Amino acid sequence: MEKFKKIRSIVTPFDKANVDTDQIVPKQFLKLIHKVGFGKYLFYNWRFENDGSPKKDFILNESKYASSKILVTNENFGCGSSREHAVWALKDYGFSVIIAPSFADIFYSNCFKNGVLPIQVSRNVLQRIFTDISELEIDLENQTIRGDNIQENFEIQSDKKRRLLEGLDDIALTMQSENAIDVFEKKSDTPSIFK
Amino acid sequence: MNITEKILARASGRSSVSPDDVVFANVDKVMIHDVSGPGVIKVFDKLNDQGIDTSKLHDSSKVWVAEDHFVPTAEKISAENIVKLSEFTKKYGIEKHFKYGMGQYGICHTLSHEEALVSPGEVYVGGDSHTNTTGALGAFACGLGHTDVAYVLLNGEIWFKVPETFYFKLNGKLPEHVMAKDFILKIIGDIGTDGGAYNTMQFGGSGIDEMSVESRLTLTNMTTEAGAKNGIIEADEKTINYLQQRGATNLNQIKSDEDAEYAKLFEYEASEIEPIVAKPYSPENITQVRDVSSIELDKAYIGSCTGAKYEDLLAAAKILKGKQVKIRTEVLPAAISIYKRAMQDGLLQIFMDAGAMVGPPTCGACCGAHMGVLAKDEICISTTNRNFPGRMGHIDSQTYLASPLVAAASAVTGKITDPRDLN
Repeated sequence: MEKFKKIRSIVTPFDKANVDTDQIVPKQFLKLIHKVGFGKYLFYNWRFENDGSPKKDFILNESKYASSKILVTNENFGCGSSREHAVWALKDYGFSVIIAPSFADIFYSNCFKNGVLPIQVSRNVLQRIFTDISELEIDLENQTIRGDNIQENFEIQSDKKRRLLEGLDDIALTMQSENAIDVFEKKSDTPSIFK
Repeated sequence: MNITEKILARASGRSSVSPDDVVFANVDKVMIHDVSGPGVIKVFDKLNDQGIDTSKLHDSSKVWVAEDHFVPTAEKISAENIVKLSEFTKKYGIEKHFKYGMGQYGICHTLSHEEALVSPGEVYVGGDSHTNTTGALGAFACGLGHTDVAYVLLNGEIWFKVPETFYFKLNGKLPEHVMAKDFILKIIGDIGTDGGAYNTMQFGGSGIDEMSVESRLTLTNMTTEAGAKNGIIEADEKTINYLQQRGATNLNQIKSDEDAEYAKLFEYEASEIEPIVAKPYSPENITQVRDVSSIELDKAYIGSCTGAKYEDLLAAAKILKGKQVKIRTEVLPAAISIYKRAMQDGLLQIFMDAGAMVGPPTCGACCGAHMGVLAKDEICISTTNRNFPGRMGHIDSQTYLASPLVAAASAVTGKITDPRDLN
């Protein structure tokens, strides 16, 4: 996984609550398992007409958001199916940061496995971003969101932060200690629950 | 401690845990299926590229595999995924692989109870959000993403933040014509699709004691739709009998302590619950069936882990017996064992005499995969669990979520129908 660096980008304001993972990646693409290239399926039914042409009124199709790395959205983002493809698609499309007042649990967890930073903000901050802000700087090291007339701190579990900053995923991190784990599991005084 | 806390304490080797504690829990059972399995294989491939050894699983006897979403294989990509899944189980020596066309198979969450794969008090995780279903057996059951499942397969454990528990108490027995599905839709309507976010939803009270195990499974199944980490019901005699009939032995019952704490208590009187549907496009968008009885339908779908257990089919058959359907009606039993029982007991005959179609076990059109997906503007009444835009087919199709009784009554009239109003 790449190391998570400071990001400055146009924000894509997507004011919708309860966006479920069926909308983020529709079912017909679940059969595919290559992580790269999923960006073209992101929000597929909202983004494209039946003939595959872009829908004019969908926000991701507006050219000014084309280079955006920050998606700002509303409550309970990523609810529904546990499909990790949803995060693959957001990441592959170019989003590294999702800002919302709340996230669905499995989706939130999946983000950290794929180098995406989900940031929880208050409704008040969310409204300010929606109404006033077109560009933001996200500094994970210092846990700040900064832009014109806005400077906010955000919370994140310290181990999750470290993993994103160092580009470590959970499995790789654990498997680095495989020898120590084996030794521990074989020791005679190790509680049986670990064996 | 309450039951969820006790299970997580036991699994993490602690004497006690409290909400917000982070624990590393040993996992007793792991499930993957034909969507999450190939996802896990992809994660393993990536780890191999990084030089990490994935040649053996932590304990392949704890793992079981279902083929359900895109089977019978819908087209060539899903067929290739099934081949990959078979290669995976062969390579790692996983014996419990339920293959379609080879005896028992079905929807993963249905197999977990039909085959007694999970026991009360266990920690069970699966690569599917509706893994919560199995909590009705008194286990801690929750869904994970592919990477987390891969982690569990290799390490046999995973961390959890101990959730707070919301307790839903049902007083009294549900009235005739009202099913567990109506009760859980009512709850989701009350608390919203994020009302249980990262909480445990525990069910109890005399109404739950009265309920069959299969009805209880409908409740925990849809805790996912309220964003819950897990849904859980303490095992009782019914649970033990149910699992023993399916071959389980050495079953324990873990119950909450007398002084267990709950973050919130929600109390419902069973006699006040009415037949309910969730309108498009959210499971929280509920209304009483009689409020939408003018809606004309194109299709009724009786299927999925939520609404195609034996008892669900029995409820639908009681309505459809001697009647004719007015709209396309599909019945897809959730597992082969249920299919066979429905055949032996004459239910399939009733469905087909009524004009309905009986299909093979599959997630099928519930997740819009195949086997009856909806066209633009089609309206379906369905015993499934989600009605998001496009969930069952075209983005402009509509799904009303309902109990098997309501779905069957609606199939007979062609309109959304309260089973109490059917002659």
